[in-house]
Amino acid sequence: MTTITLGKGINMGLRAAMEADPKVVIMGEDVGKLGGVFRITDGLQKDFGEDRVIDTPLAESGILGTAVGLAMRGYRPVCEIQFDGFVYPAYDQIVSQVAKLHFRSRGLVKMPIVIRIPFGGGIGAVEHHSESPEAYFAHTAGLKVVACSNPVDGYWMIQQAIASDDPVVFLEPKRRYWEKAELDESVQPEGLFSARVVRAGTDLTLLAYGPMVKTCLEASIAAEEEGRSVEVIDLRTLSPLDMTPVLESVRKTGRAVVVHEAPITLGLGSELAARISEDCFYSLESPVLRVGGFDTPYPPSRIEEEYLPDLDRVLDAVDRSLAH
Amino acid sequence: MTNDGFGPGLGKVFGPQHEGGGPELIQLLTPEGERVEHPEFTFDLGDDAIQGFYRDLVMTRRIDTEATALQRQGELGIWASLLGQEAAQIGSGRAMRDQDYAFPTYREHGVAWCRGIDPLHLLGLFRGVDQGGWDPLADKFALYTIVIGAQTLHATGYAMGMQRDGAVGTGDPDRDAAVIAYFGDGATSQGDVNESFIWASVFNAPVVFFCQNNQWAISEPIERQTRIPLYQRALGFGFPGLRVDGNDVLATYAVTQAALQRAREGSGPTFIEAYTYRMGAHTTSDDPTKYRVTEDLEHWKLKDPIERVKAYLLRNGVVDDDYLASVDAEADELAIHLRKGCLELPDPSPLDIFDQVYEEITPELEAQKAQFAEYLSSFEGAH
Repeated sequence: MTTITLGKGINMGLRAAMEADPKVVIMGEDVGKLGGVFRITDGLQKDFGEDRVIDTPLAESGILGTAVGLAMRGYRPVCEIQFDGFVYPAYDQIVSQVAKLHFRSRGLVKMPIVIRIPFGGGIGAVEHHSESPEAYFAHTAGLKVVACSNPVDGYWMIQQAIASDDPVVFLEPKRRYWEKAELDESVQPEGLFSARVVRAGTDLTLLAYGPMVKTCLEASIAAEEEGRSVEVIDLRTLSPLDMTPVLESVRKTGRAVVVHEAPITLGLGSELAARISEDCFYSLESPVLRVGGFDTPYPPSRIEEEYLPDLDRVLDAVDRSLAH
Repeated sequence: MTNDGFGPGLGKVFGPQHEGGGPELIQLLTPEGERVEHPEFTFDLGDDAIQGFYRDLVMTRRIDTEATALQRQGELGIWASLLGQEAAQIGSGRAMRDQDYAFPTYREHGVAWCRGIDPLHLLGLFRGVDQGGWDPLADKFALYTIVIGAQTLHATGYAMGMQRDGAVGTGDPDRDAAVIAYFGDGATSQGDVNESFIWASVFNAPVVFFCQNNQWAISEPIERQTRIPLYQRALGFGFPGLRVDGNDVLATYAVTQAALQRAREGSGPTFIEAYTYRMGAHTTSDDPTKYRVTEDLEHWKLKDPIERVKAYLLRNGVVDDDYLASVDAEADELAIHLRKGCLELPDPSPLDIFDQVYEEITPELEAQKAQFAEYLSSFEGAH
């Protein structure tokens, strides 16, 4: 057992993946000597060399576009996008090339590319450093989208994402980089594209991913003190969604609240609400509620605590659902 | 010396519209079919190679003519004609070695020919039955890329992979490899193309940037893309650039061969501007009479890439009329193959689209596919 942070877990996972497969290359801005602005790639260039940990020019479309060529040549590029709000210059390459080449080539060309994006708010950053762009990618056929929420998942999920022959957008909740947990490397992980019940309950189901899992766990504990049994599911995979545990849970509790930092309209919560109503309509005791960011640009950081869903806003939604 | 506001004479030096491509144009075969010398570049193959190029040029033009006809008859949704650009494509395509890799736009039918791809495979995309019917890995010819300029980054990344594979600068002619990235004059305004120049330059990647400047990006003339000759941009990115007569198959071959060899040896990228002209419409959906004058077309007809090779071969007794007739007959055979094959291309099944989105179909797509299959089967027996 080792105590690790989320940042360290991803770093260790990257190292393990590079040791396991010489075709794994890391590319991005400042990922080499500096080890990334969050130090997630710390020490990797020193140990694996400049050919495998590539400090790229400062152009995101270039990072993803050259990753496509490297993947065609048999490499497994792991691209770091420095911050969520900087992924958009690469959006065309991701959506029109990375996502579609497998389909376009009838499966002949594989795109085993991982796009790591530190995402979400809560670190007091300036504009473009606190966004939640997951719905853009989950809406795109050909991409897979996952979000880790804790150090142990960070360690395993990054390795699983790199091993995937499909392109994976790998979302890292940057405000949780310093959260700690015990890692037991002998415990084998579950599959990458699976959701997990992280706290059992019987009255209501909270659905979250990334940074909001911790918030929902805290809300569940607080609700318990008021005599309410709230189940929490860490979705982990956003595309494809793993609906089986979600539907099982909602059939049991009859109530669901989806929580994410991303703006509500057409966010993951919209899709989850639709799927739940399609597949377990007669089990529902109340409408599926959504707690999320407002349909505004991310605000200046002095008011981000008010903007972001927190314990109280989650509990408020739990109350409203149970009042039905 | 004049002063046009940019400095002494700069307007004259950098104006993009030099008659005939300007004094910097590299040419080894004149429009009249005369061989000329160039101080830096030599065509070092024999007349048999030129005879082979002639066949390539004629076959390529025939593919294009037949595809255009198929579109006019409703058998293709659209076709992007390469009329006028045959020499640029055959010259550069024939300069490649087997281990090299090409990244095309959607107009590189002549390069596909050089890569040994059955031209029938080019038609699927335009007929709407697939997205390109060849194997991009085995044929070392990427699928057609429609987003303008996106492939130049793929080319550069692929070249970086060659570097990492130890396939550059070993001195082994069967091992050392390079990439050629095709794009047009319009694409030079795209961010991706400029980023690929930077990447290739700073990583010294073995890639040849082959720009067919056909003077038009649909309706926009070259003046809307640049104020200086395109090849001169290369200097700012830190690698050599040159302008070749894109209607001269010998010169195009010679400069591309040199640039590819330079890349294979590990000396980095080169920018080639193949100065040519789009004789046809942008695609079969386009109407160039709305934006350009026929005088230009007449001017460029005199520079036809095939006529000059024919003139050279006949004048020097390399071939006779019987040979020319046999190539024409072979081209007609190819056209029949294309036409017959096109009409026989099977439509894909609507249910097939679910299977190639991911390595393995996801449960979500499996469910959608099953639902769609059930829906489709509900029409069975209906009229």
